[in-house]
Amino acid sequence: MNATFASPILLPPISWQRRATDRLMTALSVLTVLIVLTPLAAIFAYLIYKGVSSINLAFLTQTPKPVGEPGGGMANAIAGTGVILAIASLMGVPLGIGAGIFLSEYGRNRYGDAVRFVSDVLNGVPSIVIGIVAYGLVVVRQKHFSALAGGVALAIMMVPTIARTTEQMLLLVPQSIREAAYGLGISRWRTTLSITLRTATSGVITGVMLAFARVAGETAPLLFTAFGNQYWNWRLDQPTAALSLQIYTYALSPFDDWHRQAWAGALVLITLIVGAVAAVRIAVRHGTLGAGA
Amino acid sequence: MSNQALPRPRFNAPDPERQGKAALKVETKSAPLLQGHVSEFPDALFGWAMRLCGLAVVVLLLLIVYKLLQGSQLSWHAFGWKFFGQSEWNPVEDQYGALTFVYGTVVSSLLALIIAVPLAVGVAVFITEMCPVRLRGALSFATELLAAIPSVIYGLWAIFVLIPLMRTYVEPLLAKTLGWTGLFTGPAYGYSMLAAGVILAIMIIPIISSITREVLTVVPQHQREAVLALGATRWEMIRMGVLRNARAGIVGAIILGLGRALGETMAVTMVIGNRPEISKSLFDFGYSMASVLANEFSEATGDLYLSALIEIGLALFLVTIVVNALARLMVWSVTRGQPTKGVA
Amino acid sequence: MGVGITVEHLNAFYGKTQALFDIGLVVQANHATALIGPSGCGKSTFIRCLNRMHETIPEATVEGSVRIGDLSVYNGTSATQLRRRVGMVFQKANPFPTMSIYDNVAAGLKLNGFRKRKLLDEVVERSLRSAALFDEVKDSLHKKSGASLSGGQQQRLCIARALAVQPEVLLMDEPCSALDPISTGKIEELIFQLKEQYTIVIVTHNMQQAARVAEFTGFFLLGKLIEFDKTEKVFTNPTDKRTEDYVTGRFG
Repeated sequence: MNATFASPILLPPISWQRRATDRLMTALSVLTVLIVLTPLAAIFAYLIYKGVSSINLAFLTQTPKPVGEPGGGMANAIAGTGVILAIASLMGVPLGIGAGIFLSEYGRNRYGDAVRFVSDVLNGVPSIVIGIVAYGLVVVRQKHFSALAGGVALAIMMVPTIARTTEQMLLLVPQSIREAAYGLGISRWRTTLSITLRTATSGVITGVMLAFARVAGETAPLLFTAFGNQYWNWRLDQPTAALSLQIYTYALSPFDDWHRQAWAGALVLITLIVGAVAAVRIAVRHGTLGAGA
Repeated sequence: MSNQALPRPRFNAPDPERQGKAALKVETKSAPLLQGHVSEFPDALFGWAMRLCGLAVVVLLLLIVYKLLQGSQLSWHAFGWKFFGQSEWNPVEDQYGALTFVYGTVVSSLLALIIAVPLAVGVAVFITEMCPVRLRGALSFATELLAAIPSVIYGLWAIFVLIPLMRTYVEPLLAKTLGWTGLFTGPAYGYSMLAAGVILAIMIIPIISSITREVLTVVPQHQREAVLALGATRWEMIRMGVLRNARAGIVGAIILGLGRALGETMAVTMVIGNRPEISKSLFDFGYSMASVLANEFSEATGDLYLSALIEIGLALFLVTIVVNALARLMVWSVTRGQPTKGVA
Repeated sequence: MGVGITVEHLNAFYGKTQALFDIGLVVQANHATALIGPSGCGKSTFIRCLNRMHETIPEATVEGSVRIGDLSVYNGTSATQLRRRVGMVFQKANPFPTMSIYDNVAAGLKLNGFRKRKLLDEVVERSLRSAALFDEVKDSLHKKSGASLSGGQQQRLCIARALAVQPEVLLMDEPCSALDPISTGKIEELIFQLKEQYTIVIVTHNMQQAARVAEFTGFFLLGKLIEFDKTEKVFTNPTDKRTEDYVTGRFG
């Protein structure tokens, strides 16, 4: 059987230039990944290498020694960070969650859109500018730097983040759940808090922790609000030490011992941040009955 | 249509046998437990409380604008627009011009973009298009880890690791090879505009990368397949089928990175040298808007000094808002308003 | 004891679109009334007007009058108060996912302020028994979450939850459509028994189910109530030709 076929159409072979370009771009992409991962690895390596050796009991329990003297620690800075974050959370978390509830349950309209837009704008404001505003709002009035002012600055930063994540988590709760609650004669406010919010709890808490972790490392807004302090201070209306501020001051100083302590402080800070996020993730997973959002 | 009616379903009378069986005993109800009138008041109160929270967010922004405007009044009246055109910054004689800081912010941010964009887009392309699926999670986690590191720790690392590196190796190399451009001349202290650009670049890579990744993922699979079906290599598919479609979104991601770089304070302050001078060489010291605020705000004596600083803060605020709004518009146009996660 | 429902001139709208046209019917106390009709005919909309769930949808409005017992639904009381007297079971079982079985059943009482522990225990047990679920879950009331049960069990949980609030009327919106035949059979058995104490209105697209459980049946088509009568008559000797066409399977 000799059927005549038209000569088969041969696709032009892929030229070596095109193949080479393809290989080159792949290689370049891999290279970019390596380049980007290098500083990450380097930073963590240095943090651990330089920081671990300096973290000892003295570091965690003592206050800084007078300028130039070796030794001492950052205990007051660690405590100060805790206090400032507590103040910030007390103000920022309820407000943020409330705004999130508004956006999800009462804000599916243009008022909600306006708040959403403003919230995103607020997220982009440089933290140092927020520090200036907190200075104007609190420090000027009180006539001195204070933990309260620092807390206010950080709270302002927490609110938009928490509002948006809360909104997204609440929107994930199916409408049928709300309807089941309404059908039982449960009032709207009760439904929102005890049913809707409760169902979204793990997601909302994760959002809060992420906002928390973000502001925990902030330095700029504390520069002229909390200001820093070499000694213990538990009063809310006086300058207070903070871990990030202390790291900054020590890093810029000319003393080797303070440099060493700066690394230690940095390691403590990053551990705190990563630890907080991890702890919440674990707690949330074991807390709910395994069927949460 | 058939004339024949379909057989009607037989109506099942309750089964007499079943009646006696008492398979289930439905317990008799007790008297109603829920008595009393339900007030509408708590619902109304709660609704208003939540609306108030939403309003508070708007009030916060207005408060920021108000405080900045109020604080910068003095300086504005004293210098007007020339404030941004003058470079003399002299607290002793109460002469303030923000040009050096504007220059420093712009140059350090642009430098950061030049370095960061190819890297960030490269990483994003790799993760979404080239990476084996198993590695994807680990790599994206790693880039997000970069975003979690606080600015002051970047600065710390920059002072003790990056600066010596730049001083010893990078700057001499640049001076030798590219010195003729005039950008890489002068004494190499390490602390420099260049260093600021580099550390900024590292800091903005995560955000550009993560938005770019989102934008790339949204490109429909059939676009990629269409290009591949024409006999394209993988890179050609990426270039023509993916990047081209995601262009607007990638530009948006870049602009978002720019917004972040403009406002970045601590790391920049720690490496830029903090001298208010405009200089062509990137090896020289510089000063950015955020840095002068960080360094001088708490010690500013005199109302005009303070007001000048606040005016710089106002300018920084306005610029970052505009840049961020623009960026979001572009990203939104590509992802059609799907919630973007991790955008701080 | 259940109460009767009187509906007069009921019109319902989604925004500008009208979904129900001048519905009027009377539901007898302590009987089961089925509502049948093809998809989209308005039977779900109708039943949701009875406990004012329809208005929870944005831009949805209702005109007309509904009386449950001596209570005027739209003029006499707040929606929340009404819904404590009228329970609802939905098409897809929707137990509260983060709550235990016990908490699910008790939710209607607890979240309305009723907290006496001992009495709650009694009510929960009683409701679960009424829903024929107690024996299956009695050992894990507090340990298992509502969402970890099977589909049929979840729906019975929802029934127990609705019963715990002790409504006088029970509205069921295609409660078995997502369930297997055995679970369906169990729930139909339940309805049979519940009739003695509650007034039941059940929406179903399954005509045999209507025939099995209900004394009265209403046929909806395109938002209008075409026929409403004793179930036997509707199925064996309907007045309207459209009803006849539907029950004999000519369309729908």
